[in-house]
Amino acid sequence: MIELLGLTKRFDDFTAVDGVTLSVPPGEILALLGPNGAGKTTTVRMLAAILRPTSGQASVAGYSVTEHPQEIRRHVGLLTEHPGLYLRMRGREYLDFFGRLMGLGADERASRARELLSYFGMSEAWDQRMGTYSKGMRQKMALVRAMLHDPSVLLLDEPTSAMDPHSAKLVRDAVLGLRHHRRAIVICTHNLAEAEALADRIAIIRRGKIIALGTVAELKAHLLGAPLMELHLAQSVDGVVKLISDLVQVEAQAKDRLRYFTPHPQKTNPLLLQTLTAHGVGVVTLSEVRRSLEDVYLRVVEE
Amino acid sequence: MTAISERARTVQDDWLRMVLTLVRREVRDSLRDWRIVAPITILTLFFPVLMTFVADLAMGWVAKYGNPIIGDRLVPFLLMVVGFFPISFSLVIALETFVGEKERRSLEPILATPLTDAQLYLSKTLAAMIPPLLAAYLGITVYLVGLYFFKDWTPPLTLLLLVIALTTAEALVMVSGAVVLSSQTTSVRAANLLASFIIIPMALLMQGEAIIMFWANYGVLWWIVLFLVVVNVILVRMGIHIFNREELLGREIDELNPASLWRIFRGHFCWERWFFGLDVQKMPAGLRWLGTLGGLYRRDIPAVLRRSWLALLVVVIGLVGAAYIGYSYAELYPLPPKMLHLEQISAETFTEIPAVEWIPEFTVRWVLGNNVRSLLLAGLLAVFSFGSLAVVLLMAPLTIVFFFVAQAAQAGYSPLLFFAAFVLPHGVLELPAAAIATALVVRLGATFVSPPRGMTVGEGWLWALADFIKVFIALVLPLLALAAAVEVYVTPYIVTWTFGG
Repeated sequence: MIELLGLTKRFDDFTAVDGVTLSVPPGEILALLGPNGAGKTTTVRMLAAILRPTSGQASVAGYSVTEHPQEIRRHVGLLTEHPGLYLRMRGREYLDFFGRLMGLGADERASRARELLSYFGMSEAWDQRMGTYSKGMRQKMALVRAMLHDPSVLLLDEPTSAMDPHSAKLVRDAVLGLRHHRRAIVICTHNLAEAEALADRIAIIRRGKIIALGTVAELKAHLLGAPLMELHLAQSVDGVVKLISDLVQVEAQAKDRLRYFTPHPQKTNPLLLQTLTAHGVGVVTLSEVRRSLEDVYLRVVEE
Repeated sequence: MTAISERARTVQDDWLRMVLTLVRREVRDSLRDWRIVAPITILTLFFPVLMTFVADLAMGWVAKYGNPIIGDRLVPFLLMVVGFFPISFSLVIALETFVGEKERRSLEPILATPLTDAQLYLSKTLAAMIPPLLAAYLGITVYLVGLYFFKDWTPPLTLLLLVIALTTAEALVMVSGAVVLSSQTTSVRAANLLASFIIIPMALLMQGEAIIMFWANYGVLWWIVLFLVVVNVILVRMGIHIFNREELLGREIDELNPASLWRIFRGHFCWERWFFGLDVQKMPAGLRWLGTLGGLYRRDIPAVLRRSWLALLVVVIGLVGAAYIGYSYAELYPLPPKMLHLEQISAETFTEIPAVEWIPEFTVRWVLGNNVRSLLLAGLLAVFSFGSLAVVLLMAPLTIVFFFVAQAAQAGYSPLLFFAAFVLPHGVLELPAAAIATALVVRLGATFVSPPRGMTVGEGWLWALADFIKVFIALVLPLLALAAAVEVYVTPYIVTWTFGG
């Protein structure tokens, strides 16, 4: 659904996007992460056929961004970084206007607009001027605008910024629903928890280049190493380290706890528990130390 | 066939529907802005009433002194003024069409719709023009209704049509120019500053129109309407051509980057060395200049001329036109029969030329300097006139030449011999040189209207400038120098030998 091959964008001497290659099939959510100025927005603008690539190729919804920009704009829903609403317009007028530009019929425009506003709890905003909307309402209205024509590809730049937790959850649920309907979705975000919760795959971009790409689990394994386990004992760890030294290499230890890396926890952990039980060492818990996407992100970006 | 035409009509309807959708939104938005509505209302309703009162007062006052003509001329003049004042607002609206949306961050969602550049551009232009133009027509109506009831005055139909045409053409030009500025700047402030390039010429034009109105030579005003329409066509074409949705979003500051400009210029100015297929790098160091010259004269200059073919064609058409005009004017204004006595020409005739006030000396340096000055002036004019004035400047001397060629024919001399003796010896070098230089400056001016594909106006202009400078130095200047030498040292002898007594 979205295919990028060596996509590059230069502004005079500055290379904003440098040879990005990736694909997003239908029914997948890709989160594009990266520091400010990394090239996320430029990539999204190229995918929305607003910017023309300097080199490389990209196809979105089956159309080339260079050859059929209009078709792409018809099939893509873009949530821009800023809501960019016409504040003197009423909600219904605004959605009707964009619906017309997207080629929707009168009935379809009205029903889609009402349906989406109702989903996002914005029914009362139908007849209000958008200048009176709160920040979150403006963001939701922009999202409704992006989803109005039921696009097969959604490009969402910071979809839940400025939203309260309830609204953010509604948006996340809506995005997951769209994945279920086999839409290809790209989300640019700085909200790593949200990316981890929503995205099937993560792409980390820095200085215009994709520096990491994969599922959260793959990235963690690749970038943070083998899973880190924590053993909580019912006694002091004195003497225990020696007991298990043939099985694992202890990384850190405290009074009654120790930590170790193991590339194959499914094999190592049962053996380790057997050994400890055989020697009468009481085990309170054995668990994996949770490492977040933030750890991955910081590791990659700081490198 | 019917299905195809039906489909074409549907596509066309769709195209227009998109334009009208955007126009409707923009107009509605303008009408919701009290900062636009309040002044337009005042200028549309109160100002024409005031003007009716002024006209009434002035007509009565001048009639007391037995000079009613001033009053008679004032009324049509005020008709033009009440039409112009509301359209001045079109400038304010048009200046912020694109850049205003960019500042309010509402441009990107619009750019992400299937609207084409042309639809977007046309919609914005129409939307900026419609409210002020309707206000202008309403203002004219209010003024005329007032005059009808208070002075029982109705304008002649041609005058009314003229004022409406003039008002519309002025609005078109101001809006087209302002939309170009709005799409090429990065802030409303910058667009407002650059608006001087519209306001000053329009103010001068209005003053000129006012004088013509008092002079009551309405035929001239129709020519002004035509001129404004042509300018408008050029501006709209230029606007659509250089409109670039990418630049609108990509550029954040109007930064002048001399290093980047120099790099682009140098990239276009430099050429590859070439010398009959030899590897120039392997040639002895002392002979590599042959590669530089070979590359320039055998490869680069022919390439420049090839890509300037359209400008060259325009210049050639201009030259043919000049010859025609010269000939036509010779028929219209024949010189007295005894004025052209070529038998009287002698060697002294040419030595006495410096006695003529506008030819202070007849030397190679002066002739060359004069030609170079004229061509550089043509370049300057070309920049401000989209290339057109450069062609006019080249046509002027040739018109004079052919005027005299025709006069010679009428006086019984062979026009071919006259041309061959007076013009051809140096003209064979000077004319191609001047035509090439003019074609290149035409490109300089035309780049604003039609930059080369894939280039911004700036890049295209630097390319045209690099081509001009390169060809001017390497080809035009040597040809002009040689022509000047021939003109000073050879042509007089040929003329004396051919015609002299």
